[in-house]
Amino acid sequence: MKAVVTVVGRDAVGILAKVSAVCAEHNANILDVSQAVLSEMFSMVMVLEISDLTKDFSALQDDLSALGERIGMKIHTMHEDIFNAMHHI
Amino acid sequence: MFNTTDILETIRMIDNENLDIRTITMGISLLSCADSDLSAACRKVYDKICRLAERLVPVGDEIEKMYGIPIINKRLSVTPVSMLAAVSGGDPVEYALTLDRAAKAVGVNFVGGYSALVQKGFAAGERELIASIPEALSRTERVCSSVNIGSTKAGINMDAVGQMGQVILDAAKATRDANCMGAAKIVVFCNAPEDNPFMAGAFHGVGEPDCEINVGVSGPGAVRSALAKCPDGDLTEVADVIKKTAFKITRMGQLVGGEACRRLGVPFGIVDLSLAPTPAVGDSVAHIIEEMGIEVCGAHGTTAALALLNDAVKKGGVMASSHVGGLSGAFIPVSEDAGMIDAARSGDLTVEKLEAMTAVCSVGLDMIVIPGDTPPSTIAAIIADEAAIGMINSKTTAVRVIPAIGRKAGEELEFGGLFGSGPIMALHNDRSSEKFISRGGRIPAPMQSLKN
Repeated sequence: MKAVVTVVGRDAVGILAKVSAVCAEHNANILDVSQAVLSEMFSMVMVLEISDLTKDFSALQDDLSALGERIGMKIHTMHEDIFNAMHHI
Repeated sequence: MFNTTDILETIRMIDNENLDIRTITMGISLLSCADSDLSAACRKVYDKICRLAERLVPVGDEIEKMYGIPIINKRLSVTPVSMLAAVSGGDPVEYALTLDRAAKAVGVNFVGGYSALVQKGFAAGERELIASIPEALSRTERVCSSVNIGSTKAGINMDAVGQMGQVILDAAKATRDANCMGAAKIVVFCNAPEDNPFMAGAFHGVGEPDCEINVGVSGPGAVRSALAKCPDGDLTEVADVIKKTAFKITRMGQLVGGEACRRLGVPFGIVDLSLAPTPAVGDSVAHIIEEMGIEVCGAHGTTAALALLNDAVKKGGVMASSHVGGLSGAFIPVSEDAGMIDAARSGDLTVEKLEAMTAVCSVGLDMIVIPGDTPPSTIAAIIADEAAIGMINSKTTAVRVIPAIGRKAGEELEFGGLFGSGPIMALHNDRSSEKFISRGGRIPAPMQSLKN
């Protein structure tokens, strides 16, 4: 199973590191990262392997949202199925 | 595998364009609860609902979190209560009170099915049930009621139409202190679908399985914003944009419905691919019509624009789901749609134009607040007109009008929440329909050939 994490907000130092740290804490393996900075706006899409999480998926979601609030970024963590369903026939 | 643009599009649709799953509705058959003893029947109803729907709300919340998609309502629909009342006799309001208690116990916000199907005539218990609707709705909080008074195959039961005019007025009077909310929970149908997940008209038809999950999707905001990116396209392109967006929205409904069924161990019924507006800014069907190039919803051209929209939504959604059903199309509930509220306030949108629009949209005259002094025969005549449109065109039509007791056209009624707020719309023709309605009887079923 995979999950997609998106991070959007004003660019700052260490965003990727902080998000990755939370992922590591939950034993979520990062499979792919794509990021872009457009006139100070940071956006990142990260694909995680979530089959072997130490806790359940919702705990990872909670921790990432809490991180988002702390660093002033909007972080969404969603199961891959929703993107597969909407964008692939 | 994943395309960043697709991912960000999904998130934008949810975050900025109010895309959501409007409702997960569990349909429950109460036929197994029928009992000649009223209190035994009520006990069975309560137990069956609590047993089957116990996990509905927590499962809905889990799925909401897992996919990051808001699921606004979790609801129940049950077998028309008139069938239980026919077996037990006694005061049908007892069933309404039981349903209300069960709804509160499992945490759903509405339960639909305080209903009777009388398109051809009244069976045992149905007249009593219909007569008890005002009391049932004033004594309960979460119960919704619907009555099917006509169909293409049976014609229109004008005795029932006449009775419903009075029932709607009485329900408004009985809930006068709560903004006449009672009338907002009654839907009068022609050609009622048996698997509709949307309130207030949901009930669990007799042809349905013992228990099933039906899902209603929404997303007028997502359609409007997709159209905004096609400002100069011709109407063929407009239809294509709507189809593509409807496809994506419906896929999400299919995904959520399937997952809910898997977790609850219940068969999947249908996805109702409706564009259901909410009073939130940016979640309006009227604004889609305006985006197409109609200055204000209600102007000439509105019916054509709505026809295009309604048809494109179905075409896009059908392929996205394995089973489509319910009401599927575009809803036009005036008080629940920010654009319609504005158009009604400014006088651009009239009840007469809405009636024409209902010939091409998915339901009918919905959430329209009318002056409180409207005679019951006029309300019945509004129902008869609407039912005739449905009967002749082989489509579902419905009437949900709210007489604002003690108020006049131009004032407003504030319902709050998803029900929104409604400007009281004038009925421009105040001539009497009394004689026509009082004749009663049945309008015969129409010809299905010679379609002119």
